[in-house]
Amino acid sequence: MNGQQIELNEEGYMKNPAQWSKEWAHQIAGEYEITLTDKHFEVLNWLREKQAEGVALNIRKVGKSGIVDIKQFYALFPGGPLKVSSRIAGIPKPVSCV
Amino acid sequence: MTETLNKEPVTSKATVPANKKEDTVKKVVIICSKGTLEDVYAALIMANGALADGRDAKLFFTFFGLDAITKSKADHLHTATVGNPAFMPAMPTMIGGLPGFEKFASYMMKKQMDKLDIPNVTEFIEMIDAGGGEIYACKLAADMFKLEEKDFLPEVKGIITVGDMYALADGEGSHFIFI
Repeated sequence: MNGQQIELNEEGYMKNPAQWSKEWAHQIAGEYEITLTDKHFEVLNWLREKQAEGVALNIRKVGKSGIVDIKQFYALFPGGPLKVSSRIAGIPKPVSCV
Repeated sequence: MTETLNKEPVTSKATVPANKKEDTVKKVVIICSKGTLEDVYAALIMANGALADGRDAKLFFTFFGLDAITKSKADHLHTATVGNPAFMPAMPTMIGGLPGFEKFASYMMKKQMDKLDIPNVTEFIEMIDAGGGEIYACKLAADMFKLEEKDFLPEVKGIITVGDMYALADGEGSHFIFI
């Protein structure tokens, strides 16, 4: 993208979160038929921030982020909210069972 | 494959690609007939995990499983310390039967789960409800234990018959899990 080679793992998750861009987010969101709004980006930025801090992310934590509750999170990213949002946010696939 | 920034655990290696559209497991109907802490958590984790993974999940609680959705009991479930050979195998069974021991063991287990950021039962049920999962109580068991709608957590959608429970599994790619 933009002449830059973006490295993905075999599941389509970005290997290096530093390569992330808004354009990238829009493109991946399109694959899920999601049109990104400001609210989406608030969540994506929060996820990227927490991931950079080394926080083990799960849906419950997103629900307590103060940005969205769990219901809104599911509504914003249908089809597995944390899985989908992590891919759009350019961070590794979450590994939590909760 | 070059080095990844965040090392992925081995468990994620065999998973289905996140962007794969077709998925044969579309829905799980989980029947929970037990009221012990570990059995109820197994049901809740599987239901919540299905939703988190983009699958549909329905929960049907019957017999002692009803404790998990009964207001007065949901957050006070115990684990069995007697008749449970996997629980502290080196400990004589008699010790497990001492007054208060089961309460203590359950307390320790809950403390450990809290450390792992696992929510308590009522919060878990709220999460499942928020994720679009549906929770039902078994009519026959509710009648047997003299429980009514007001006794159950607000997320419980209804008290239904076995026939209604089977109807929850309607559609392709639906699976039953019995606990």
